[in-house]
Amino acid sequence: MADLSTWFFISSGLFLGWSLGANHAVNVFGTAVVSKMVKFRTAALISGVFVVLGSIISGAGTTRTINDLGPINAIAGSFSVALAVAISVTAMTRAKLPVSTSQAVIGGIIGWNMFTGSPTDLDSLSRILSSWIASPIIAGVFGYLLFKLLKRTVLTWRIHLLELDQYTRTGLIIVGALASYSLGANNIANVMGMFASAPLFSDLSIGGIIEVSGVQQLFFLGGLAIAVGIFTYGRNVMETVGNDLYKISPLTGFIVVLAEFIVLTLFTSETIESLLLRANLPSIPLVPLSTTQAFIGAILGVGLAKDPHSINFKVLGKIALGWIVAPVSAGLITFISLFFIQNVFEQKVIYPVPYELSRSVLTELKDLGVPTEPIAPLRGKRFTNKKVLRNELLKRHPYTNTQIYSIFQYAIIDSFRIDSNIVNAQLSGSFLTAEQMSILKANHGKSFPHKIDIEQFLLRTEVSAPPTGNKLSDKQNDEQRRTIEQAFRAVQRN
Amino acid sequence: MSLFFKNTLKLEGQIDEYLDLVIKGGLVFRQGIKCYLDHQTDDFENYLKELRKIEERADDLRRNIEIKLYTRTLIPEARGDVLGLMESCDKALNITTETLLEFSVEIPKIVPEHRQDFLDLCETSVACMENTVSGIRSYFKNIDAVRDYVTKVQFYKKETNKIAEKIKRAAFRTDDALSQKIHIRYFTFHIERIAEQSEDVCDRLSIAIIKRFE
Repeated sequence: MADLSTWFFISSGLFLGWSLGANHAVNVFGTAVVSKMVKFRTAALISGVFVVLGSIISGAGTTRTINDLGPINAIAGSFSVALAVAISVTAMTRAKLPVSTSQAVIGGIIGWNMFTGSPTDLDSLSRILSSWIASPIIAGVFGYLLFKLLKRTVLTWRIHLLELDQYTRTGLIIVGALASYSLGANNIANVMGMFASAPLFSDLSIGGIIEVSGVQQLFFLGGLAIAVGIFTYGRNVMETVGNDLYKISPLTGFIVVLAEFIVLTLFTSETIESLLLRANLPSIPLVPLSTTQAFIGAILGVGLAKDPHSINFKVLGKIALGWIVAPVSAGLITFISLFFIQNVFEQKVIYPVPYELSRSVLTELKDLGVPTEPIAPLRGKRFTNKKVLRNELLKRHPYTNTQIYSIFQYAIIDSFRIDSNIVNAQLSGSFLTAEQMSILKANHGKSFPHKIDIEQFLLRTEVSAPPTGNKLSDKQNDEQRRTIEQAFRAVQRN
Repeated sequence: MSLFFKNTLKLEGQIDEYLDLVIKGGLVFRQGIKCYLDHQTDDFENYLKELRKIEERADDLRRNIEIKLYTRTLIPEARGDVLGLMESCDKALNITTETLLEFSVEIPKIVPEHRQDFLDLCETSVACMENTVSGIRSYFKNIDAVRDYVTKVQFYKKETNKIAEKIKRAAFRTDDALSQKIHIRYFTFHIERIAEQSEDVCDRLSIAIIKRFE
């Protein structure tokens, strides 16, 4: 079991889970509750159960962890980010404004990057920023079209008001439960992902039939925190959106959550993308969408379809302002709390990661268009402090943020070592052919300091296929290459 | 599915039954007045009894529907409108019973020259009521048709006013006693109220349909 300090650090994750539940309850059951179709307690209960289920069943598989967004590798650092995000989301909840937790997390990570001197992945950042605009627009269009379609259907099929009421009620509960499930599945990594490596729980076997991993137990705890958030504080934000922004009727409430759910499923589901690709159909571009913004967008879409004058644009402006304030404040709080945690409580907020500009790194960077002449003298020199490396780079050439990010990405020493035991134990019977397996075994003991080195080796030896231009096969190849790399990674980074 | 909708279908049936009673009430009222004008007293009294029974049954049904709508928190956004429509529709039915009762109690003297006008007055008032009920039925299932019924009610209401005015003008231009003239005006006014009340229901209906989708 973990020591007390680990539990203390996890408390910030639970706090974040609670604040997420409090703020996001509106997205899944808000319209059902404000339109008086489902009682708050019933909604909170269904939502809580499905959030927990989503967290345990699908949450463990999600790759959208906080670590993917930024390389936070020390638990005290994770604690600060989670705490800062939780504080800013709670403040927004107190102000009865729905915000996106993922965006607040981005703010927190940028704060961490600024404090530790880590470069920020501008590509990811701009993708996320574009989702601020894309989410409400796409969901708005869906909301608008769904309203028109449903209105026409109700009028053409002459559905009795009471039957429509029954359909709507059932629909609200089903869509709310599904949305709760995906809320748990998609957000649990934000809440608990950063603590997944802490040895908190040992794997459990229930009656020898159901195996529950330690991570799943941790995610269960996180899911419970979200559920408690929904139950204890979820009502507040519901009232702002339901009563102030736009008067929501049960049918429009159903359309809003349905539009939100469809948009999020269509535009973020890799399963649907691969199904479409497999069927040789054009795939829908995957965009990172925010639940909260999709929800607000859907409300606006339905509002515009009904009567544009019925939308309270003042409240809408306040909500949009909250979307900017939340990440900015999360970033600032992270920066300040990291300062205190590092200097006052003397906790490590980042573990040093070594960087080296080897020949292969410089060649790869050159191919990428990054000027390498100015930094050629740094070849072979190791850096364990990000700030020092960054200053060295900038001293030699005015690199752009993207270029610095690329240099950091390539120069990081990851240490991979090919091991025939691992080939037999982990890769046998997988996607690798017998020939590919024997190539790997023949290279037993070979080590690579950089990710690009092992990548080039795998491509050169044809263990991994080069890009073909086919979206589906390229994606599969990338995933397979990642699996091999992960298996041979000598130092398992979080 | 039918099991899932069992309660809903039952309630739908009750609402339909209630609206049927209102229609039936209007028809009984019209027949009652016809019998009165034709001096068929026994038949008239029978119709009055029948109308009272219809009204009682309608009242019970309405209360039952109201309780179900509230206790099961059905159609929360439209509940107020539905109950308002049913209550004001009930008022129209009550007016028919009250009017027939007043005929029975006060036995107004209606001269043969006014017979056809009174029949027409009843006809248009009851037409108002029937179209109102059709409008309410459409509110539940076929919103597009509501407008047509509302237009019909407005038309019949105007016709009722015209006929009522004609009767009153004719009555006050005779040599009859003033009490007789006032009596005629009073009964004309009462029959006219059925149309007025129907128009009130339709006004509510026009707003209720706007609230459903717009």
